Amino acid sequence: MSELFTFIQGRWDPAVTYPQIVWPALVVAYGVFAVTFASLFAGITSWYERRVAGRMQCRIGPNRVGPQGVLQWLADGFKAFLKEDLVPKEADGILYRIAPYPVFVGVFCTWVILPYAPAVVGADLNVGVVFLMAITALVVAGIIMGGWASNSKWALLGGVRSAAQMVSYEIPVGFALLTAVIPAGTLSLQGIIAAQGGAPWNWMVFHSPATFIAFFVYFTAALAEGNRTPFDLPEAESELVAGYNTEYSGMRFIWFFFAEWANLYVIGAVVAAVFLGGWRLPGVGIEQQAASLWLQFAGACLFVLKALVLVNVIIWLRWTLPRLRVDQLMIMCWKYLVPAGMVLVVVAVFWVFVERGMPGFARWVAFLLCATGFFLVGLMFWRAWYNIKYGGDRLYLKFMV
Amino acid sequence: MNEQTVDTFGNEMMTLNMGPQHPSTHGVIRFVVTSDGEIMQKAVPHVGYLHRGIEKIAEGIPWQSFTPYTDRVDYLAAMFANHGWAMAVERLAGIEVPPRAEYIRVIASELNRIASHLVAVGAMAMDIGAFTPFLHGIREREKINDLMEELCGQRLTYNFVRVGGVSSDLTPGWDKKALAFIEALGPLLDEFNRLITGNEILVKRCADVAVIDPRTAKSFGLVGPNLRASGVDWDLRRDQPYSVYDKFEFRVCTGKGWRGRVGDSYDRFVVRVDEMIESVKILKQALGGIPEGPVMAKLSKKLKPPKGEVYAAVESARGELGYYVVSDGGEQPYRAKIRTGSFAALSAIEALSCGLMIADLVVLIASFDVVAPEIDR
Repeated sequence: MSELFTFIQGRWDPAVTYPQIVWPALVVAYGVFAVTFASLFAGITSWYERRVAGRMQCRIGPNRVGPQGVLQWLADGFKAFLKEDLVPKEADGILYRIAPYPVFVGVFCTWVILPYAPAVVGADLNVGVVFLMAITALVVAGIIMGGWASNSKWALLGGVRSAAQMVSYEIPVGFALLTAVIPAGTLSLQGIIAAQGGAPWNWMVFHSPATFIAFFVYFTAALAEGNRTPFDLPEAESELVAGYNTEYSGMRFIWFFFAEWANLYVIGAVVAAVFLGGWRLPGVGIEQQAASLWLQFAGACLFVLKALVLVNVIIWLRWTLPRLRVDQLMIMCWKYLVPAGMVLVVVAVFWVFVERGMPGFARWVAFLLCATGFFLVGLMFWRAWYNIKYGGDRLYLKFMV
Repeated sequence: MNEQTVDTFGNEMMTLNMGPQHPSTHGVIRFVVTSDGEIMQKAVPHVGYLHRGIEKIAEGIPWQSFTPYTDRVDYLAAMFANHGWAMAVERLAGIEVPPRAEYIRVIASELNRIASHLVAVGAMAMDIGAFTPFLHGIREREKINDLMEELCGQRLTYNFVRVGGVSSDLTPGWDKKALAFIEALGPLLDEFNRLITGNEILVKRCADVAVIDPRTAKSFGLVGPNLRASGVDWDLRRDQPYSVYDKFEFRVCTGKGWRGRVGDSYDRFVVRVDEMIESVKILKQALGGIPEGPVMAKLSKKLKPPKGEVYAAVESARGELGYYVVSDGGEQPYRAKIRTGSFAALSAIEALSCGLMIADLVVLIASFDVVAPEIDR
């Protein structure tokens, strides 16, 4: 926020003259912007996900409300608002009513530290990564509350599953983020972005073998923490009816899913910021980017684009993969991801010395990892092309209406 | 209800009511699950929610009029239910079915088997959490439904195989459409396999889950793909040939323990995928060799089979679907008993469920491919 204020002061005289008015106004405006961005993203993603799912499943998806159905989420939200606010007779009324809000707040509070551009960030906390992990832990509290207060066995099972899952997967998330924090030398998200470069081979993900693997560990663990397929056990439809939100209906139900879809952006944005260069533009220095309004804007667009690409990948995964069983989920966390995370942190520390002692070698490894990364992406597209060509299915590039 | 809900260590068990409106009980089946958290002690199936007294209805209506009721025995594979009843009555009354009718019966049955298996494997994938394979299966099934609609005017409850033959001849060009469909099905099954059958998560979820050894399988009276997945090489189409199945070359698919032990849930999944490929083979042979001639035997309006009893069974998509029919020489059956695969499969669940997790119970039910109306009738 202070960066943004300084930036505005450099361009707009009233901000220098009346900081006591402009500063609070700016804080409120940014708050409104962040909540609007998160809500719009969550809403539109709910439509987008259904459209992507439709395309993947040889059907159309919502296409009636607005052009290509883009306003479907408004219709859904409106409908949910009109529903009766139903609380089961045997439920714990107070807990049941407040349960959606910790979930909502836990996810939306991450916008405090999510950056868009050098100057556009709510608060560049020096403990940014720790704040991120701490505030998202509120989600667990909300889900357990919902599962317990519903007084339904299915909801209880969902809530307990979710507690075990989210608490467990916070550990690999922490280790993976720490692997990126060590070379960057800071816990602040803006600092981590500043430590990277604009070109892909300067990104954190290709910085060392440790961060390369940490990228996958973080992505997997973040999916699990966000209750997304293949780790959507707390709301496993075919097993637990609807998991922790079995008894919820109307707007309280929507709050849970609002948070879930907003969380997609959080996952994408954190990966983009920590591993994929954030708002850095190739060939542009940080001072240069911070000084120019347009370069800031371009950086913000690039950052959101990176996040959206990752959101898209998460949606693909959701509609492709089956779900793990609860014990397999725990085995994956405690037997593979946690040890892997520990090793990664050690390797990351070791790599700091490699970088200092042999900068040429470190640079060469970064190029090699970058090539590997692009090869993997290319392989994925080639497999997709192969499946389309030989699967007997045709790719309709025109939108189905 | 004085059920034992405390285990030997004094831990209290949780009684969980699963169904009849649970998303993955495949119709209205109810399970009363006694579980210690996620791990089940037992799951007791409660049946009867879909009982319509079909067997009793048979005793009150003429022999031919019962065919539409058999559609409702198994709405996912109604052709087999029709076929079984027709065969039972034909054997009782000594009716000779024209060869063209027999070929059309086989073609319709095998198409129906593919349709039923597509739903079975798709629904199993969906119960494991993968939504897309189910809809890919449904897309192909839709094409079969279209073919069936053109053949007999119905998409699910066909009432096509009648006593003495089939209700109508193939429409002109129908065999070419069917051939085009089965030619296209091969690559689509390949795609399906790439999408889900080889998926490591699916394998992890199904392999070594609810293993049934051949002995247990036989003692529970499992039939069809469930029995073959346990490694028992038994298929009525080959071992008790009916209709014109003896004229076709096909392989009987058995469980090999592909990714786990023989008779696990993954074997039951793969056997069904395999059987679709075999059905394609049968269809190709049958569509290539349909003889000319009538499709219905000459029958009197009022059928009066002589006194006696008969058991006729077909290899349905869910295994042996048998009709035990008693005639007292009248215009209506004296008694008809329907033996279905799903009912036998459901009886095995209580014994298998001990020690499984709740998520495994869903896999187990799905891998048995039980259909609620077939259980209750």
